[in-house]
Amino acid sequence: MATTIARYWRETPRRYNLGGSRCTVCRTIYFPPRSVCPSCSTHRQSLGKMEPFQLSGEGEVYSFCTVHDAAEGFEMEVPYVLALVKTREGPLLTGQVVDLPAERVRIGLKVRATFRKLREEGKAGVIHYGYKFSPAEEPPPHRRPGRSSEPSRSGTPAPEEGRVRA
Amino acid sequence: MDVGIVSYGAYVPRYRITPGEIGRVWGADGEGMGASLNVKRKSVPAPDEDTITISTEALRVALLRGAIDPQEIGAIYVGSESHPYAVKPTATVVAQAVGATPYLTAADFEFACKAGTAAIQTCMGLVGSGMIRYGIAIGADTSQGAPGDALEYSASAGGAAFVIGREHLIARIRHTASYTTDTPDFWRREGQRYPSHSGRFTGEPAFFRHVTECARRMFEVAGTQPRDYQHVVFHQPNGKFPQRVGKQLGFTEEQMRYGLVTPYIGNTYSGAALIGLAHVLDHAEPKDRILVVGYGSGAGSDAFDLDATEEVGELDRSFGQPVSEFLEQGIELPYAVYAKFRGKIHMGGS
Repeated sequence: MATTIARYWRETPRRYNLGGSRCTVCRTIYFPPRSVCPSCSTHRQSLGKMEPFQLSGEGEVYSFCTVHDAAEGFEMEVPYVLALVKTREGPLLTGQVVDLPAERVRIGLKVRATFRKLREEGKAGVIHYGYKFSPAEEPPPHRRPGRSSEPSRSGTPAPEEGRVRA
Repeated sequence: MDVGIVSYGAYVPRYRITPGEIGRVWGADGEGMGASLNVKRKSVPAPDEDTITISTEALRVALLRGAIDPQEIGAIYVGSESHPYAVKPTATVVAQAVGATPYLTAADFEFACKAGTAAIQTCMGLVGSGMIRYGIAIGADTSQGAPGDALEYSASAGGAAFVIGREHLIARIRHTASYTTDTPDFWRREGQRYPSHSGRFTGEPAFFRHVTECARRMFEVAGTQPRDYQHVVFHQPNGKFPQRVGKQLGFTEEQMRYGLVTPYIGNTYSGAALIGLAHVLDHAEPKDRILVVGYGSGAGSDAFDLDATEEVGELDRSFGQPVSEFLEQGIELPYAVYAKFRGKIHMGGS
């Protein structure tokens, strides 16, 4: 159990906040994050030049399957949908699609990341949280939110276009 | 220096069940029960939703709407009576999930249904004294009623998050007042799965006494009367109590129009008055004056006298989901699926 807790805890930035990485040399975005860039002509070129990059969580279903024989801990959610989601920034993510009957999920469905319970280590154990995807038929426009009269005060970098490698 | 609301967000799970469907299973007049409570539908959390996920979703909307840098948050307080852990804070997970860690203080509050308003008052103190720039107050719950109990017809899930600060206020909090006594109207003992209540005692000596006394105290402190307010929000354990107490105090249905959300989503406990306030802020015009009177069993009331500023019109209130979408939308469940989602089915084992 302790090993599982430690492993999940180390993955918190990516599971909670879709924290990936971007190569500052060739601008390729990765999720999960990488410490070197396999796209650069020599990997050593990117050493120490990868920066944290947070995905927006917006995307669309690239492909999916419906799970009828549940993995342990998911028995209450059968049938549920596991999808490959093409994010706005490019990386392909695997995640569960929730809040929509399985028969209504389709390729191209607009989704956005939502924060959910992933699994519980029994009734007395730790609860693990992370991202899943919910339908966003009318996704928020690609604009920076905030007040109309002033620039954003957010410290979160705006998603940028870039070369992508999942 | 003025203290108030800089931004806000609400979240209500997508699933719904009707009182009629609940009554059908228990051989009761569910539709009649719904009519007497003025509850048309109640929200149901999905199996993977709890107070932590609801709080996080509401706060993420609030931070994006207000373009708030999460690293500027100095405190996060989550008020709930359904924290997923007895020991391990809800607030730390929420703080991590919005990117506010590590330089902040965080804690969970519990005061039945008014823990969220207590969190707002705490944030007002920290922000007003200059200790922190932004304080986060959240009220959220995934409340439960025992199968067949009267509570089951209304107990639902949802929450709202408020960013409390000193600059760029969309609503200034002019005054706050509280009224607190030891009144045993509703409780849940350690280790008990469902709460207990003292039936009709939850009415006059509990909800009505505390809400009216707290509201009257607020009128004294603020030098106001009901006609000074464009909007009023009461705690709403059902759809009837807030209407009745509003009438007793001299408010009109028009003043309660946006603040009453329980008929459409049920009683979200710590989220109830705060989702009502979020709905009011969705529609508020500059200079609108707003009265909020929360209530928590045990018992106490917190009241707030607010006025909307010019900035309320500048905040992008369409970002995320406005509360009206939660009131109108939803996927209705049959009781069997609702029972499965809420863990009411005995699966064997210990």
